[in-house]
Amino acid sequence: MDRRQFLTLSAARQKRTVNNASFGRTDSGVNTYTGAFETPQMVHVLKRALFGATPADLAWAKTLGNMDAVVDALLTMEPTPPAPPVNNYGDDSTGIAPGQPWVMSAPYVKTDGDSLGQNRQRSYRAWWMGVLLNQKRSIQEKMTLFWHNHFPTETTVVLDLRYHYQYNVTLRKHCIGNFKELVKAVTLDPCMLNYLNGDLNSKTAAQENYARELQELFTIGKGPDSHYTEDDVRAASRVLTGYRINAQTVTSYFDSSEHDFENKQFSDFYGKRTVTGQTGAAGAEELDALLDLIFSNAEVAKFIVRKLYRYFVYYSIDDQVEQDVITPLANIFRDNDYELVPLLKAMFKSEHFYDPLNMSCLIKSPADFCVGLCREFSVEFPAASDYMNAYDAWDYIRDTAGKMQQNLGDPPNVAGWPAYYQEPMFHELWITTDTLPKRNQLSDFLITGQGARNNLKADVIAFADQLSDPGNPNTLIQDSLDLLYRVETPDAFKASLKSQFLLSGQTTDYYWTQAWQNYKNNPTDAALKQVVETRLKTMYKFIMDLSEYQLS
Amino acid sequence: MRRREFLKHTAKVTAASVAIPAVIDGYPVKAFANSPLLSALQGAATDNDHVLVMIQLFGGNDGLNMVVPLDVYGKYQAARTNIAIPEGKVLPLQGNIKTGLHPAMKGIQELYDDGKVCIIQSVSYPSPDYSHFRATDIWLTGADSDKVLSTGWGGRYLAEEYPNFPEGFPNTEAPDPLAIQIGSLVSPMFQGPAASMGVAISSATDFYDLIGEAPTNDPPLDKHWGVELKYIRLIAKQCDKYIDSIKLAASKVTRQGAYPDTNLANQLKIVARLVAGGLKTRMYMVSLGNFDSHANQTEAGDTTKGFHADLLDQVSGAIKAFMDDLTQLKASKRVVGMTFSEFGRRIRSNGSMGTDHGAAAPVIVFGDYVLQGVLGNSPTLPDTSTVADNIAMQYDFRSVYASLLEQWFCVKQEELENVLMKDYQRLPIVSGIACGLITAVPDVRDAGINYITNYPNPFVEKTYIKYTTKGGHTMIQIFDTTGRLVTVPVSKVHVAGDYTISFDAEGLPNGIYYARFQNGSISQVRTMMKVR
Repeated sequence: MDRRQFLTLSAARQKRTVNNASFGRTDSGVNTYTGAFETPQMVHVLKRALFGATPADLAWAKTLGNMDAVVDALLTMEPTPPAPPVNNYGDDSTGIAPGQPWVMSAPYVKTDGDSLGQNRQRSYRAWWMGVLLNQKRSIQEKMTLFWHNHFPTETTVVLDLRYHYQYNVTLRKHCIGNFKELVKAVTLDPCMLNYLNGDLNSKTAAQENYARELQELFTIGKGPDSHYTEDDVRAASRVLTGYRINAQTVTSYFDSSEHDFENKQFSDFYGKRTVTGQTGAAGAEELDALLDLIFSNAEVAKFIVRKLYRYFVYYSIDDQVEQDVITPLANIFRDNDYELVPLLKAMFKSEHFYDPLNMSCLIKSPADFCVGLCREFSVEFPAASDYMNAYDAWDYIRDTAGKMQQNLGDPPNVAGWPAYYQEPMFHELWITTDTLPKRNQLSDFLITGQGARNNLKADVIAFADQLSDPGNPNTLIQDSLDLLYRVETPDAFKASLKSQFLLSGQTTDYYWTQAWQNYKNNPTDAALKQVVETRLKTMYKFIMDLSEYQLS
Repeated sequence: MRRREFLKHTAKVTAASVAIPAVIDGYPVKAFANSPLLSALQGAATDNDHVLVMIQLFGGNDGLNMVVPLDVYGKYQAARTNIAIPEGKVLPLQGNIKTGLHPAMKGIQELYDDGKVCIIQSVSYPSPDYSHFRATDIWLTGADSDKVLSTGWGGRYLAEEYPNFPEGFPNTEAPDPLAIQIGSLVSPMFQGPAASMGVAISSATDFYDLIGEAPTNDPPLDKHWGVELKYIRLIAKQCDKYIDSIKLAASKVTRQGAYPDTNLANQLKIVARLVAGGLKTRMYMVSLGNFDSHANQTEAGDTTKGFHADLLDQVSGAIKAFMDDLTQLKASKRVVGMTFSEFGRRIRSNGSMGTDHGAAAPVIVFGDYVLQGVLGNSPTLPDTSTVADNIAMQYDFRSVYASLLEQWFCVKQEELENVLMKDYQRLPIVSGIACGLITAVPDVRDAGINYITNYPNPFVEKTYIKYTTKGGHTMIQIFDTTGRLVTVPVSKVHVAGDYTISFDAEGLPNGIYYARFQNGSISQVRTMMKVR
């Protein structure tokens, strides 16, 4: 379906479109999408909800056949959480044996000359990359990363890595649950308490750090209608006094002797409400009162919906999107008491989401680029049981994404990655004269099978073999581009791919068909394999070096 | 004197009878600036090889522990009992008894004593923002705190000089990147009206050769994906375009001086190599993070140590090594650098050996042509500090930008206003030799003269503000302790002399108010207290 067909979907929309002729806008809103749900729409929703779309993912979606089934399945949590990270580094002064999880070890106090802290940092970040690479068909990993960007902590700041693992578990557990419960869990999480100094916040020395970010970055935001005051920051910081960390168990607790039990007065923005000071253990209940007060403000839903929109749809939010998409989705979010699944269902099933205007326009984040590339091309990693090599290989991909400016476990600061908030460039910030060559370098390394650590390589034959008719160069190219590009390419481009790469300058399709058949009939014949493999490699390398491959 | 310098000099003198004071003092001179004759005589602003290096200290650097006010040491110590630098450990500055540096900043001290450093006290802006991200945007864009600009001040300057960028670039006049960000993300400071004017590099030698060409069809720009695809293709082309000139410049410098092995020093080392290698890039941005010192910024046993000291040591050591390297590479005369941070910290330290988000803080400018000195007075510190006390602004950060643009990039008056939106006060930061313009700048370091006083003080409802202007544009701004701009009772062109106005504070809360006086390059802040 092209844009013209899309625009003629309903008469009501046609009428209104007249007023919105500029910049190819449609006025698609949050009504349920009822148009065709075929390869372009399937690849679209798969790429946005997962990291990349593999030939097998597309086949799976085709088996399910309709939008409701696909979206509902994607919005389901995996039944089993990932196994925790293990000792892949050898010596461990807390006594954890190689291959065993270190996440509940004795507290690790960093000392000079002991590299355990660095080793665990690498182990943790490699482990997380492994989880991403091994993801199933659920939105949970993309949402967990979303929350990591929204509620950032840094492994270079909180130095006991057990905290980060617990935090990662917290984010994943709530990733498509209830947002208000997630905020509460994050507020009380030892990693966040330590990261934003909440564990130093006491009645004699209130610490504003977390109280400020709770409002500015985590819930209310800095939208045009956000008017909380400096006094609100101070009042919230006093509510949050008294939370402390038990380093032994990596849990937090409430110390009422450190809690400010005076009343806390909030500004007009919060309806001049007061959080009544409580003494003793009841002081911990003030947090619920504070969250009730914050979540009664309409800014929260709008702020989170805008951020999800920028993550999953597109970064630009004009007045019309605000009115036709953000506002109704925010209402759905509030009406469902901040449950995330109803909100995400509405978004991923909306006309707006499948509007051709919003397809193909998301610049892949480094994690999306690296993980998607590995998944699409079945890059084979060592088995998790071979933990030394597996962690090493995962860490290579983690490090590569880091050099492209997205280091798992280490967003640049408490605002997360600039690509998700920095006007006016947003996602374009991922692409610079420094990072774009690095993206091209990774795809080159993997496709050519030379240059990457652990001999990681893309399996171009496996990729082609899963397509509808790999012996036909025309469908091979079309099927490949359907998955790898989100942008239509001219026929001349496809013809040039065919003749330059698959036919080596020949003109008849038969040459490729014959070469593919020869290989399939004798898969162990190295020479026959090489004929098709070198041609596929050079073609996919070329496809992935072009700018189109950066779009999702 | 070169011919161009002579012409500029002559033009100034000839024009003096009409409007020269306005030019020197930097106040609205639209009519004067429109003179095509003068513009022609002054020549193109781009006609020099000057480089500006911006050093961003992200997180809000604690300026009060970096530049220690020795003349009010007692109050400083009282406000910061747990983290104050001991008086005897503060590094003294040549010929200046009021001000000293953090003991970790020996390199900056040496550069100062060599006459290559200017410290500007209490730089901020009216109604400062206490959010890292918003405040950073304000500093990078040059916006007022209640306005949002989508372009950066550096980007606007470069767009003024190279209006068609990126179309037709590089070319013979501008063969090299206009601005370079060391790191992978180009700073919003370089965002121009049409495109980012900067390119990002993380090291000068690891550029990867791009191959292949994009399909020839142009993407449709009325579609989101078309906009994004065009952008990515543009970057892909830029990767190609500048790789040769950067490689060429890097290859010309085969031996550099010794640098500490730190993050910031490694960044500045690349800058020195590219500058000395002859790259014509005008602006560089390097950065260092972790200045957000809410807790444990000093060690408990020794306040001269701790992570803030380590950061300052890194800043000072990197700048010193950079200047030494440039000197031996015979390129130091082309460079001026400045440090900045999105805000300073509160006057009073908190209970966790740290400091919370604050307002004004000092800026350090360095370079061979920089005028040695400390501009402004030590911050006004209260006798008994409270947690909310902030350092009042003496200089607007855009005054620093305006001064550097005018005195280092030789930017003309009308362009200056296009870049910074307003006509900001100019400060004597760079020697007039740099742009071939020697202008008589009044000595602003004449402490002891009170340009602004008030009586009674403390006052109940009303107080009288008396001020002495040297003539020309004169302004008084009243701020509260959070830096919020309360009112601007005076902003007009005066004849030289003494004046008195009344300030009626009825309806305002009790407490401290700062009256900031500005006349030419002179700024002074008077502390006034309202009581009941």
